[in-house]
Order: sequence, then structure tokens, then C-alpha cells
Amino acid sequence: MAAPRNSAHPYIPNSAPRVRQEMMRELDINSMEELFADIPDRLRLKRPLNLPGPLSELDLVRHVKRLLSQNRPCGDELLSFLGGGCWQHFVPAVCDEIAGRGEFLTAYTGDTYEDHGRWQALFEFASLLGELLNMEVVSTPTYDWGQAAATSMRMAGRATGRSEVLVPRHVSPERLAIFRTYLHPYMSVTLFDEEPSGQVCPASIEPLLAAETAAVYVENPSYLGVIQTSGGQIAHAAHNAGALFLVGADPSSLGVLAPPADYGADIVSGDLQPLGIHMNYGGGLAGFIATRDEPRLVMELPTRLVGIAGTGVEGEYGFGEVAFGRTSFIGREKGKEYVGTGTNLWGITAGVYLALMGPEGMRQLGEGIMQRTRYAMERLAAVPGLSILAQREPHFKEFVVCFNGTGASVAEVNAALLREGILGGRDLSADFPELGQSALYCATEVHRQADMDRLVEALRGAVGA
Amino acid sequence: MKPRQPRQAAWNEPIIMELGTPGERGVLLPEVEPEVAAIAGDVLGMLPDGVRRAAPPNLPEISQYSVLRHYVRLSQETMGNDVGVDMGKGTCTLKYSPKVQEHMARVPELTELHPLQAVETVQGLLQILYEFERMMKEISGMDRFSFQPGGGSQAIYANALIVRAYHESRGEFGPGKKDQVLTTIFSHPANAACPRTAGFEVVTLRPGPDGYPDLADVRRQVSERTAGLFITNPEDSGIFNPGIDDLVRVVKDAGGICVYDQANANGLLGITRAREAGFDLCHFNLHKTFSSPHGSGGPGSGASGATGELARYLPVPTVEYDAAGRRYWLNYDRPDSIGKVRQFHGAVQGVLRAYMWVLGLGAEGLKAVAETAVLNNNYLLKKMLEIRGVGIPYAHRRRIEQVRYSLRQLMDETGVSTHDVRARVTDFATHYWTSHHPFVVPEPATFEPTESSSKEDLDWYAAVIRQVCEEAYSEPDRVKTAPHQAPVHKVDASAFDDPDRWAMTWRAFLRKRGEPC
Repeated sequence: MAAPRNSAHPYIPNSAPRVRQEMMRELDINSMEELFADIPDRLRLKRPLNLPGPLSELDLVRHVKRLLSQNRPCGDELLSFLGGGCWQHFVPAVCDEIAGRGEFLTAYTGDTYEDHGRWQALFEFASLLGELLNMEVVSTPTYDWGQAAATSMRMAGRATGRSEVLVPRHVSPERLAIFRTYLHPYMSVTLFDEEPSGQVCPASIEPLLAAETAAVYVENPSYLGVIQTSGGQIAHAAHNAGALFLVGADPSSLGVLAPPADYGADIVSGDLQPLGIHMNYGGGLAGFIATRDEPRLVMELPTRLVGIAGTGVEGEYGFGEVAFGRTSFIGREKGKEYVGTGTNLWGITAGVYLALMGPEGMRQLGEGIMQRTRYAMERLAAVPGLSILAQREPHFKEFVVCFNGTGASVAEVNAALLREGILGGRDLSADFPELGQSALYCATEVHRQADMDRLVEALRGAVGA
Repeated sequence: MKPRQPRQAAWNEPIIMELGTPGERGVLLPEVEPEVAAIAGDVLGMLPDGVRRAAPPNLPEISQYSVLRHYVRLSQETMGNDVGVDMGKGTCTLKYSPKVQEHMARVPELTELHPLQAVETVQGLLQILYEFERMMKEISGMDRFSFQPGGGSQAIYANALIVRAYHESRGEFGPGKKDQVLTTIFSHPANAACPRTAGFEVVTLRPGPDGYPDLADVRRQVSERTAGLFITNPEDSGIFNPGIDDLVRVVKDAGGICVYDQANANGLLGITRAREAGFDLCHFNLHKTFSSPHGSGGPGSGASGATGELARYLPVPTVEYDAAGRRYWLNYDRPDSIGKVRQFHGAVQGVLRAYMWVLGLGAEGLKAVAETAVLNNNYLLKKMLEIRGVGIPYAHRRRIEQVRYSLRQLMDETGVSTHDVRARVTDFATHYWTSHHPFVVPEPATFEPTESSSKEDLDWYAAVIRQVCEEAYSEPDRVKTAPHQAPVHKVDASAFDDPDRWAMTWRAFLRKRGEPC
């Protein structure tokens, strides 16, 4: 259903014929073509674009609703146990309200007097996350955890003048792909094996620490959900070898887990999506980078940094760009890596989330996730044929279910679960063949006992137990 | 007549760390069921010393209403496009982001999708991604697109990776081999920074007498080491380089790959395309030209496009349609791909909005966007050049969708700089942007009215600039001491480059002030 032609388009005020004529008269032109006289004929598109539309607003809504209705969102109708880099969490209404404020939503990069509130909200995001991380420098948010961690590696490379980063083998394949691409050709990733328990063993890293080792990167909890218990010793080993210790952390764990800075991390990265941001099929991801307030590290950050300052009026604060000369905005190819539009709206939203949650909310969140994770692990381990990888190790949010004893593949199990309205865990069999038929399951505060019991029963059916 | 002078909100909000009292709560979480707790056992007790958090984070404790009001006030102190006239932010293409798009982007059928869920449960979204790719192919003439990049700079970076992968596949990437890329000083800084990040040396072309590189100069700079060209057109000057295809040919003849930064293609939709100029790769910012909102600085969405021979390098996965099975699917089996630049599938909410925007306009509408944006820009240009103190470089050339102005005459005659003008313009609750660095144009100002500006907006904005420039002549101190009615007074910027005084968090600020955290 096409909208009527030859009338002004609602998005384009000066498409109204009368005002258009008036402006053309002012410019002393007779046709719009004259405006494009500098574009040579040979470069011109001499036919209309072949595109659908225009649709009226009502038809547009009908059309898009029809398409979106073919999606099945995670929720009660489609119970999801997927994690692996994007997680279903509770999103407080106030987070949505603030993220949807037109002023924040449609602002961009106005300076301190144009967008004072935006600057303050970003400074507050950094301040709030800084408390959770126990670190004094938090950058404006970057694209995602993968990018944030990759940047922390390049920072380590520049700060140490070295070129190799040690990374545990069982890291997110998506993130690892980003690391390898982002480090090349200046640096490289060397993978090392964790213990069968999923723990990174400091003694197994030590022989790998070489003169070229810029950093050791560890995730806590690991990609497979194991809470790392030797962070301090890893930091010690890395530092003794002149390398930095980089940690990727899940901020939703830090109400109960020690912040990586407390066990020696030099740069911490992670994703903000768990902090009040909808998954959006991965569009909710937003990376963070934090470090100590040391020029050696701060000056290697590529991203914008928001600083606070006085205005000469008692109790009034203003904001500005800290060490802006670092960035490629100033230095172009001489800047640190590159910078551009990141994920500031999600940073503001994460700040709102932390302000709502407070210390008690973050503690309750972390402990509750650990309890639910453990409950799911124990119940699933009791299903004949299923086992839980490293079951006795402490886990946060995610854990690996092995189906090797069932004779069924993860693909078969997940297909059976889907028929029951359940999204089973991420199939690990292709990425980590040594784990056989295994899947990465996730439990958060959104999962009720009844949800997890439903999963257990559905899995029993799926594996014929 | 003096322009109407609105005022920004000024709430003088405390920093959030100063709000609340111990014991207040902003939101409650569901309790863990007793049986879950019993079976789970003492989960925190499992944690060895040093692994468990020793002291609670020093987050504020604030009730819900106070948090809401604080942030709503901060939003009111933010001149988003929904409230302000922001044609002053050149190169940013700040246009109306239709609300119907926003409403659709907030439904659970989009927001509650997990990126790894089975493709049969996301067929509607995959269809949108697939159909939008078809639209972008038509708009650009490219053969394939990826919407994985999280913004324009990341899309340029992805394209730099493709250039690298192409040369690597031929054994030609490395020092002394295909290791240089060309860009221009009027192209966005990311066109220099991203190739550098990917491992290239950067050669920057300077503008010739027409504002774009002289072809003879390009020929001198091109060599067997030339891996590619990263360029905008029009560049930040707003001038269209009519010899762009010749420039592209020179680089391609040397074995280079030509990459078109179309972050801002607002003046060219339906007029001219990357394909016709001979480009191999291009990118669009869906949060600029295609109306997805800028989000206070993201999440944006970069659309990277490639011609046939380079499409195999685009990030994984691509979205495919199986006509026989009538289903959409994700193709990860692309061995030559550069891999990932961002986890999963990009900021798909931006893709949805852009898809709706194109559907809402159609082909005629897109051309009307381009024509009106250029009409508006030229109208503003005419008004601006009537203002004493304002000029443009390369004045003999037409402008497309934006103009980099120069206030050098104003500076010379009054001592009032473009930075001073910028601060004073803020008093009118609107934007003013100078330029990317370096300031090739002296005392620069870059304005870009999009198709969203009404004639009234254009007249008003020109009147604001006129008044400020007239003040520069009549009462320069008023401009130099601005802002006078911004949300805050003049900020003492002296700490921002001083490691002993800079503070990027409240805790650092308190420590450096000698206060207890």
C-alpha cells in the first residue's frame, strides 16, 4: 500500500512544494539538478533506485510487526539457557526509561556546555563501575567485551614493548577471533591449557612467560563458567616476568567476587550487557575497559575519557575530555588504535542499573546467580547419562553439561528441547571437540526453580533417561 | 531581528555518588527459592580467601524515584536531536529518527532475542537483515554487506582488514610490500587510524586548489607499496570530487583496493553510488544517513559493503536465504572471511530502524532526502556568507551536504575565535562544531543541515550565528566569556591533561582532592 505521491514527506519539512520553491528562488536555481552540477554525468545514477516503499506509518507498523512476530523471544514461552557472551537478565524499568529518553537517545557528541547531562551521566557510569571494579579509570564504553579485551592487549603491548599475549584455550571463540584479528600483525596470541578443573594453573603459565610476553589474559569467571581461584598467583607470575595481567570479568559477578584489581589485574575488560541492557540479539553488547590511574596505562587507552572539573562556582562540576591528544581524533594514524562511536547509551544505562542496585542489590544478584547455577548443576548431574564438567569447582552463571554418556548429540538434544519450548545451551562440540558432546548452559536471576526443573525434566525426556 | 533565544535546563544535579542514604534500595530482585538455596548450599563458602569480595562495593544506595529523577534531569541537560536544532554538528548527519522505528525496536520480539538461539526462532529478524542487505546493495551498487561493525569507525576498520586479507592472500602484505594506504586530510580521522591499527603505513594527501587532492599529486604518492585508498567524497569540506573515478583508477592500477567512507551519504542517495565511481569497498553509518539514533555516542551500526571479488572476506556470519526450504540461515562456513570484528551479529536494532526508514521513504523519498539535504545546506551557506566575518575556503566550488566554514576574518578583525563563538552559541541551546584535527581550514566551523531541518530552523540558526558574529564586533568580551546561560559555568579545563589532577571517576576525584573515599 503506497503512500500518496507528490506530496511532502513527513520526515522532510522542506519537501513541501511551496517552501521548496521559495528556497530555490532564494538560491536562484530552477531545478534541484543544479545543486548536483559538480557530479559528472558518468557518475550519476540514471534510473530510480529499485526499492520497496514508501509505506505509510500504519502500513509500516503492520509490515514490521508481521515480520517480528515470526521471532520467538526468550521468556516463559521460550525458556532460554543460552549464555556464552550475551545473557538474559532482569532489566529494571527505570533502565529502559532512561535509555529511551529522547534527549539521550538522539544526542551525539555535543561538548560540555551543549550536553552537560550526557557528560555527567558518562562520568557517573565510570564512577559507579569504578566502585564495582575498585579501579580509578574507566573508559567510555567500547563496542563489546571482545573489542575491550583486544584493546587491553594492544595497550599491554605498547606499555611493555612486547608482542605476545597468553590466553587460555577455552576462551569464547568469538572473542578469540577478535583477539587474533585485532593483534595482527603487531602482536600474537599464544593459547595455553587450563587444568581439567577449568582452573588456570600459575605453574603451567610460568614456563611460557618469555621476554616477548606482554600480558597474561584470563577471564573470571572463565568462558566455561569456572570461577578462577589463583588470580593472585597468576598476577605475581606475570608481573615477575615483566608482563601485565589482564582480566576479563563479568560485572554481574562482582557483588560477591573480588574485583580483579584486588588480585593484581592491571587492566580489566568485560561487557556491560548484564547491567540492565536487553540482549537485542547481541545488539546490547557494550565493552568496558578499566585500569589504574597511572599515566603509563591511561595514555595507552584509545577511547574517550571523561574527566570532572570545577567551574569556579562552589559545588558545581563540569566535564571534559581527558588527555584527548591520545586519541585518533587528534592524532589520526598517530593516535592510539582508533576511536569512533562506541556504545555510550549502554554505558549510561549500566550506570542507572548500578545506581538502582546498590551494594546490596549487586551482592544479592551475584549470590543468587551462584545459587541458581549450582542448583541447576546439581539437578542436571543427577540425570542419568549427563555429567557436569568440573562440577566441584565454584561456578558463576555458566557451566558445561556433557552428553557423552547419553549417546545423543547436543544438536539432537537441543532440537528435542526446542520442541518443548526450551533453548538448550550453546553447542561446544565444534569449537572444543575435546569436550565431546557438551553444551554451555547459563542460569541467571531470571530463572526460577520451576524453570530449571522444567529443563531437567525436558532433558530427561530428550536423552531417554 | 534577533533570534528567539531558548534556554537549556540547568538542574545543577549533584554527582550520583553523593545521593541516597545507607539502606535505601532502588530495585528488588526475586528471592531464591528455599529448595534452590538448600540444594545449592553455601556457594560463597566454596570460595577461597581472596576470591570472594572482601568489602561491598562503595556504590550509592538510592531509592528508585530519586534515581529516576536524577537521570531524567541529566537527560534534560542534554541537547539531543529530539529537542535541539543541531545542524551545527557537521559530519554527524543528525537527522530526525522517526518514532515509529523506536517503538518497533523496543518490542520483546527484538529485545529478548539471544544471538545464539536457533535460526528457526529468529526467521523474522533474519528476513529483515536479508532484505535490508538487498536495499543497501541497490543503494550502493556493492554486492554484499555485513552489518556486524558496531559503528562507522569499526566498519572502516573491518574494511581495512579486508584490504589486508586481500593482499595477504596474494602474499603481498608486509613491510616494503603492499604496506601503505592513502587517505586525505579532509577524510574522517578513522580513515587514517583504522588502516594503521590494521598494520598499514598511512600517507595523507593534502587538498589541491579545489579542496580535494590533485590527481598529479596522487600519481606521485602512489607506488607499488600502495595497498589501498580510504577516502570520503564529499570530504569534510562538502565539495564533491568530480575526478573521484580517476583517482580510484590510479590506485587500482597500482594494485590497491579503494575504500569509500560513506558514513555520511546524505547528499548522494539515489544520485551517485560507490559502484559507479569504481570503489571496491564502502561503508555507511546507519546511525547517520539511515536515521538510527546516535545514542549519546552509540551503539551505532556500520554497514560494510564489498564488491563481488572481495565479498568473501566480509565478517562471519552472513545471512542467506534458502529458497527451496524457504528459510533464512547464518553462514559461518566462509574460510576467507576476516572473521569477527564484533561478537555475534552487530547492533541489529540499528538495522531494524534503518530498514524501516528506507521503507518509509522508498526510492523517491531517498532522493528527496538527498535533494533536500543539499538544498538546505546551500540555503544555509547563502545565509552564512551574508554574515560579516564568515567565509569558506575553495569558494569557487559548490557544496553538497555540508560546509566547512572559516571564521578567520572574524578572528583577524575581532580576536574572537571559533572556540569562543562555539561557547556563545551554546547560550542559544544549540550546537556548533569546529572541525576534526588538524585545523586545515583556519578557525573552522562545520555545519550540516540534513533533510530534517525546516526553513524556520535554517533561518533561526543563521540568525544565531549572525548575532554572535555581530557581538564579536560590538562586544567581543560577551563572546569570549561565554557561555552565559549554559547548564554550567565555564569549566576549568586545566586538569584534563595533568595526571596529578585529572579524575575520571568520583573516587579518583576525592582522592586527588584529599578527601576520604
